[in-house]
This record gives sequence, structure tokens and C-alpha cells, in this order.
Amino acid sequence: MSDGASGYGNAGYDEWRNALGDGEGYALVCPDGHGSLPPRRVCPECGSTSLPREPLPAVGTIETATVVHVPPPRFADDAPYVTAIARFGPVRLTGVLRGVDPEDGSGPVGRSVESNVGERETDGGSVVVFRPAEK
Amino acid sequence: MTEVRVAGVGLTRFGSHPERTGRDLFAEAAASAFADADVDPTAVGELNYGNFMGSLAEHQGHQAPLMAEAAGLACPATRYEEACASAGVAVREGVRTVRSGEADVVLAGGMERMTNLDTDGATEGLAIAADDLFEVRAGMTFPGAYALMARAYFERYGGTREDLAHIASKNHENALPNEYAQYRREVSIEEALDSPPVASPLHLYDACPITDGASAIVIVSADYAEEHDLDASVAVTGTGQGADRMALADRDHFARTPAATDAATMAYDDADIGPDDVDVAEVHDCFTIAEVLAIESLGFAEAGEGIRAARDGLTTADGDLPVNLSGGLKAKGHPVGATGGSQIAELTRLLRGDHPNSGRVPDAEVGVAHNAGGTVASAVVHVLEVAE
Repeated sequence: MSDGASGYGNAGYDEWRNALGDGEGYALVCPDGHGSLPPRRVCPECGSTSLPREPLPAVGTIETATVVHVPPPRFADDAPYVTAIARFGPVRLTGVLRGVDPEDGSGPVGRSVESNVGERETDGGSVVVFRPAEK
Repeated sequence: MTEVRVAGVGLTRFGSHPERTGRDLFAEAAASAFADADVDPTAVGELNYGNFMGSLAEHQGHQAPLMAEAAGLACPATRYEEACASAGVAVREGVRTVRSGEADVVLAGGMERMTNLDTDGATEGLAIAADDLFEVRAGMTFPGAYALMARAYFERYGGTREDLAHIASKNHENALPNEYAQYRREVSIEEALDSPPVASPLHLYDACPITDGASAIVIVSADYAEEHDLDASVAVTGTGQGADRMALADRDHFARTPAATDAATMAYDDADIGPDDVDVAEVHDCFTIAEVLAIESLGFAEAGEGIRAARDGLTTADGDLPVNLSGGLKAKGHPVGATGGSQIAELTRLLRGDHPNSGRVPDAEVGVAHNAGGTVASAVVHVLEVAE
């Protein structure tokens, strides 16, 4: 699951992304309810060192999105694609929105989505993906 | 506290210089600053140098001593990296060093070499200013990140691509007489609107170009200026810096930049002024929407109203508060690690009266520079005032 040239992964992050891909995504949530994503040793909002995992809600809501026409090299064959930020309970995730027409002028903000992990078309690398939630 | 003056400023012409080394670019800017200041390089007590992606673009780390050598300095040298705010931070550290009395003369500025990379290389280089694990791997590009902010702004407050096009058009017009600018040509509203999409709603003419260039500022104590009979009529009276969560997804708002608000508050308090006192500003318009967010954070417009400022004429050259009379990053160019110093150089020239656009602000006494890193996870604000 590594993207690094060295072949080494990123401990904490890889585990989180694999869990998301298995439908078992989670956030770290401190006793005050601040959500964050791993790896973390302290809550970035309040400094708490108590960061138990909480399952992510199955459905999130897109808060902002863009259709990327000029891609980075790793996404060359994926363009145009939609990058979106969606809220899932205590955290927001950044990912690629699939299952919609990128050129659809109505815009995806406010849409309900599910999160998963997919492959980049360009090189098969892993990427966080959103898909419209089944009604 | 020691009063700080700008004794001299130097810039290379911003543009495409793919064959020129970073050390040559910075040496040119430094020599120009020393000539402007009438200060000898041997007087410099410290070099504070900004650079962002030189490790990628030139395969050159440890750049500060290299640049000190290129500029003819024999003094401690430190490189500052804060993405697009690298030189702003370098200037701020120079101001603090002179204020503390640790040095009477500091050379601050920065350099970026970018056009020797192909488009993929430049895109990848710029992307490292974002969170690699949670943003870059999710396909977020630098324009894509600002596009997410623009979309959120439009959803929250309203606004159109045409509003943004007015900012691009204004800044291109401002760059026309600026001999240091990369693009000295007009861009009409229609031309901006018709340019190809990069990341919706942003199109090509919403974005700053890829640029090579360097900036250098000779910062001195007021006492040193007086003792050496220097013509240093512009003072740095305020400096401030702010920070925010790295990833856009972790911010409270996508359509606001609180790091810049914090930096502005700190700088205004430091200078004992308020936003109403400001006569002219250079702000970090890496994308047109960034100018909107900047002027709102600086207190020149209420949240949700900055989008109209260029279109309504508030920030145009003949407006009440001209913004980016240099042409801004948009038209003057954005050599990332040099930009924060370039803004101080342009503002100094505007306040001294020797900028080609000084005639637009003949009575200006207070100027503000706003320099931002990444999606404004870092921000630096400086206040410059005519001292004599």
C-alpha cells in the first residue's frame, strides 16, 4: 500500500486507509469530542492524549468540491475528476468523488456520499473515494 | 525597542529564466539592494533567506550559506521555509533581529527557480505545501485547493467567476508599467472568463504563473541609518504571523483565512494602527480568490464583501485602497520563496515615491504586505510607514 519511492509505508495512515477500504473507517475522538485522523499523539484542538477510535458514520455530506482539469502526474489519466471535502461525523475527509458526471453543472455540494478506497486510473495507486449514498 | 528601517530593496525581473541558477538570481537581487541602500555587504550581520522547493528544483539543500557567499556576505545565514510565505517569514525574522539589537543590518529576502521544471515537476513541487497523506494523495492540487475555497465562498456568500475576473484584470493593468513584472499586458474580463478551466470555478487567468526570481531587502536600525547618513525613509512598524491547521479539511471555515486575520491583528497592534489607516496594500493573490480572502482577513472588507471590491472599484488603482499596484502575484509573478520579500520591495518603492505606480498613491503613508503559505496555514503581515 505504499506510495513512497522508498517502498516503505506510513504507519498509522496506512492502517487507517486500509480500514476505510474495508468499510471500517474510523476517527480519533478525544473526550471533548474533537475528531482527528491518525497518526496522532495529541488532539490538535485541545492537546488531550486520550484518542480512542470511533467508527465513521456510513454517510457523509459534501461541503465543497472542484472539478480538476489540470491533474498532478499520478492522476494524469483520471482527469477530469472531482476533488471533494466531505464531513463524516467528527472529521472531514478529502477524496475523489466518483459515480457522478464531473461536468454536471448542478454541483455536488450538499450531496450525501459514502466513503471507500479506490484505485487511481493512472497507476492503480490507492485513493480515498466518495460515491453517492444509496437512497 | 529599536526602530527598524528599510534601507534598500532589490529584485530580479520576474519571469522565465530557466537557465539561470538560484545563486545567480539571488546575487543579482542582493547587489541591487546594496546599491539601493548604499550599504556595503560587509556590514551585514545576518542573512535571512526564503526558499521553498529548491531541494526539488535545483537538487540543492543547505542554500543559506550558498546564497550568503553569492551575495558577498560573511555572516550567519539561515534558510526559512514556510511554503509561499518563506520570504515573508525571513523578513519578519530580520525585523525581529534588528529590533532585538542583535544586528544593525540584516539582508532578508528569497529566491525561487521554477521554470527549469516541466509542468508535472512544478505541479508536484507546489503540491508539497499541502498535507501529503490526506490531501495530495487524494488528488488535491494547489489550484484545486483554492478552487475548493472559492466554491465554499460562493456557496456561503455568493459571487461569480466574473467578480474574480475583475481581480485578474485589475492586477494585470497594474503590472503594465512595472519593469519587474512577468506579464505586462492587459487581460480583459472576457479573456479571463474564456480562459481554459484549471479546477472549477478557477480558470487559467485566475492563477498566478510559474516564475523564476529573487528579492532582497536591506533592513537596518534607525540609529544605523542616521549614523551612516542613509536614505531610509520607510519604517517597518508592525510585524505579525499566524498559523492554522495544515489540511483544508481540518479548518473551521473554507472561505476564511484566520491565520491571516491573526497575523494582521498582531501587526496592526504592533504598529498601533487599524485597517482604516492603510493607504495601499500588496496581498498574496496566488489565485484571484486569494485576494478576496486576504482583504477580508486584513479588515478592508467584511466577510462576504471582498468579492466585490475590485469590481466596485475599492481596490483598483484609482480606488480608496489600491491593492497589488505591483501587479500582484497574478501578473508580476510568483517565485514562491521570493514573493514575501518582493512585496516589501514593491511597497517600499510605492511609499518612497519611486515606483512607476507611486503616482496612483501620492499621499500614501501606511502600507500593508500580506504573504500566505499553502492554503494559508501560514500567514505573515507587515506594516510599513513613511518615517520622514
